[in-house]
Amino acid sequence: MKPEVWRGMGLADDEYARITARLGREPNYLEVGIFSVMWSEHCSYKTSKPVLRKFPTAGPRVLQGPGENAGILDIGDGLALAFKMESHNHPSAIEPYQGAATGVGGILRDIFTMGARPVAVLDALRFGPLTEEKNKLLLRGVTQGIGGYGNSIGIPTVGGDVYFDPAFSGNPLVNVMAAGILRREDIARGAARGAGNPVMIVGARTGRDGIHGATFASVELTAESESRRSAVQVGDPFMEKLLLEACLELIQAGVLIGIQDMGAAGLTCSAAEMAGRGGSGVEINVDLVPRRETGMTPYEVMLSESQERMLVVPRAGREAQVEEVLTRWGLEAATIGRVTEDGLLRVTEQGRTVAAIPVAALTDEAPVYRRQAAEPAYIAELRAVDLRGRQLRQPAAATLLALLANPTIASKAWIYRQYDHQVGTNTAVPPGGDAAVVRVRGGRRGVALTTDCNSRLTYMDPFYGGAWAVAEAAQNIACVGALPLGVTDCLNFGNPENPEIFWQFEQACAGVAAACAAFGTPVTGGNVSFYNETPERAIYPTPMIGMVGLLENICSLCPAAFPLAGEKVFLLGPAEGLLAGSEYMSQFEGLVGGVLPPLDLPALKKRLDFVLAAQEKRLLTAAHDIAEGGFAVALTEMAVRTGATVDLPADDILAALFGEGPGRYILTAAPEAERELTALAAAWEQPLACVGVTGGETLTVALRGAPVLAAERKRCRAAYENALGNLMH
Amino acid sequence: MKIGIVRFPGSNCETDCLEAWRVMGAAAEMIWHQETSVRGYDLVVLPGGFSYGDYLRAGAIARFSPVMPDVIRHAREGGLVWGICNGFQILTECGLLPGALLRNSGLCFICAPQYLRVENAATAFTRAYAPGQIISVPINHGEGNYYIDAAGLRELEEEGRVVFRYVTEDGAATGAGNPNGSLANISGVRNRAGNVLGMMPHPERAVEQLIGGEDGRGVFRSILTGKEE
Repeated sequence: MKPEVWRGMGLADDEYARITARLGREPNYLEVGIFSVMWSEHCSYKTSKPVLRKFPTAGPRVLQGPGENAGILDIGDGLALAFKMESHNHPSAIEPYQGAATGVGGILRDIFTMGARPVAVLDALRFGPLTEEKNKLLLRGVTQGIGGYGNSIGIPTVGGDVYFDPAFSGNPLVNVMAAGILRREDIARGAARGAGNPVMIVGARTGRDGIHGATFASVELTAESESRRSAVQVGDPFMEKLLLEACLELIQAGVLIGIQDMGAAGLTCSAAEMAGRGGSGVEINVDLVPRRETGMTPYEVMLSESQERMLVVPRAGREAQVEEVLTRWGLEAATIGRVTEDGLLRVTEQGRTVAAIPVAALTDEAPVYRRQAAEPAYIAELRAVDLRGRQLRQPAAATLLALLANPTIASKAWIYRQYDHQVGTNTAVPPGGDAAVVRVRGGRRGVALTTDCNSRLTYMDPFYGGAWAVAEAAQNIACVGALPLGVTDCLNFGNPENPEIFWQFEQACAGVAAACAAFGTPVTGGNVSFYNETPERAIYPTPMIGMVGLLENICSLCPAAFPLAGEKVFLLGPAEGLLAGSEYMSQFEGLVGGVLPPLDLPALKKRLDFVLAAQEKRLLTAAHDIAEGGFAVALTEMAVRTGATVDLPADDILAALFGEGPGRYILTAAPEAERELTALAAAWEQPLACVGVTGGETLTVALRGAPVLAAERKRCRAAYENALGNLMH
Repeated sequence: MKIGIVRFPGSNCETDCLEAWRVMGAAAEMIWHQETSVRGYDLVVLPGGFSYGDYLRAGAIARFSPVMPDVIRHAREGGLVWGICNGFQILTECGLLPGALLRNSGLCFICAPQYLRVENAATAFTRAYAPGQIISVPINHGEGNYYIDAAGLRELEEEGRVVFRYVTEDGAATGAGNPNGSLANISGVRNRAGNVLGMMPHPERAVEQLIGGEDGRGVFRSILTGKEE
């Protein structure tokens, strides 16, 4: 075989040599194709595995950790929560609508494959600045793709986050998270067991779309990427809605031994992974695979990434029942092979064996690389940036209005108005809050969900950024009154073969691991997306965190907006924030840099526990953490409907109004609750200061009695709510 | 009161409707789209969603569903039919209600709370509201831009068949209160006999304080009290 063949499929020469040695012969074309997708970074995690092993993954609530289609946590009363996040960056970069739509479809399949009924979708998006037409097109396409799929299938899109930065021009990030609810006894798994049991393909027919999507996701984006549009799949939410109902019916009827969705690398990956988990072999006759096109080769059938398909292994003799359920839902089911004892993935066509590969060679024995890591020179340069002595360049009110209109900070209503965020009638906190809250039917519980990552801070200090992403997610969960339970991650980085990128990856993951350990939130699964690069640049490293939390009583959920005038406003945490890496410094000084002091994770955890203690005593009427844009922006977000007057115990205007940094919250309480809240803070040794009252037509801030900011509430609201829509029209 | 909710493939608000009826103290049941009879039901609900994927034109395929001839028979005989969102689209497609629902004027799907004015509080679906009452009920659609020709509009207006109109918070049926470009801000219409209602907003999403408020309860209460009388 010519080297161009395996190189064209993304295999390195030494990997090809390894395959030949393992098989004891030259592989044929189909076998090279199968190895190439299974050993792609996307499927094999060959670069990330050694690093990911450091994540804490155990905990008393963990029913399913990493390695399955989704993680599962116990939420009490026999109920469990399945959740997972995945990237669809590369497809979305060249075909935003379908790229994002199939991202939603794929993650939803991961959830219902586990036997859970999906109840929520969240989207964490990163784009280049909206001053560039191309980025507007991407935002519009991605938004419509997410809505087009989620709205139709009828799963609410309840939250997410969006940032805009030049680092993402040409390589947007589309990370999709989904969560579902199931009864503990209904947990389904993706293992093929029991020699002789049938292997069936259910759902859509197989076409030529998406061939080598996994390989495509494992290289950088270049000028030629556009020509790889055929590697992007096309979604059919109607088909998936039917598939969802049919699969849940099969799982609940106890017909299945194993079930696995077909995502990246299609039939190849699902068959190999199911066999790998079951310690068995699988034989597939490609002649039996229902197709939507004629003349497909075994190579095309095995590597197709046609959407809305599942591989199921029913108990022998139950094939008719599978067919009956699928037919009732207007779908097809076909027996395409069987579970075997020989440990091989065997593919046959017209009675001939066209591929025979040991399953272990494709899964457990995939290469693992220990990449070189080197601290990039820019890290020290950014740390050396001197931020001292900066003054406000314009009045504080004008600065605030400009920050509120910054698309990263502004209301994302233009986006989430295009998503059905209510279907299911369980969405108690819709998009726009700190965390979304979804009611769990059949009790009083609610589930809180959020996605977070500040990519700029991660660029400046990857360890800090990884840890802060977890800490901020936990703060958001606590703000709505929920206990943080667990994490799914989506790790977006550049080319890991570059030692500086790999250093970013190692550092960020170490930060995530440290914070997950500190907050008691195990990682139950996730996804790694490397090669997020264009010829101009690598993206800012973005270890996206999806966190879930639990409210024992959904009626005790805490809003982010001030509900009433006349309530007391409290600042929890330091009155002056960090300017290093802040939105202010980026927007007004064009500066990315400065020193990020090490995060004191135990102290942040203790502060969070205090917030939760106050929530449990129902002392808080609103809670919001201070993030991008600092105190002034957080206050405005809470007060656009009620106004507020505050006086901060601070001296530095910039750091007090627009500084960021961890462990800072704005809370409100009824006047009669002030004494109890203050006493609780003292008992927890927390820096809590009553700094003002809600109400009025303005947002007024003073520092030790000296007025520094007065902004009309209505003007702030208009700036905040209209900015994104104005940019997009 | 026997309530049936038609479940088309691609419907996605049928369970929400069922739950809303439960919240309102009434039991409803599902009618699979392949049933050919709806006899025995007092009310047939056509729920929201994307029936058959709605890839052609919203509601265009569902009107040919096996259950629809008997829903039409039920309506002609005076039985209650309530179409919500996709259900409204299906009702215009099958001719039980006049007019058509076009792409939203802004060409974007919209999911948001929306103020409505109850234009006719003397129907079987709205008698629990006060005439002219302003209510907040969520909308959730990409094709909700109501259109009808001039003669048809005149007829609707003269016969009091515009049941709900999109308005601002202050109750003004102006452009500012119109989310999707609907002609005359129309968000819900009834047939001449008054037993068929189609509306784009989702009252089933507004029956609980925790989720979307309680302004949608009036429709449910109207239907339920009607039977008691």
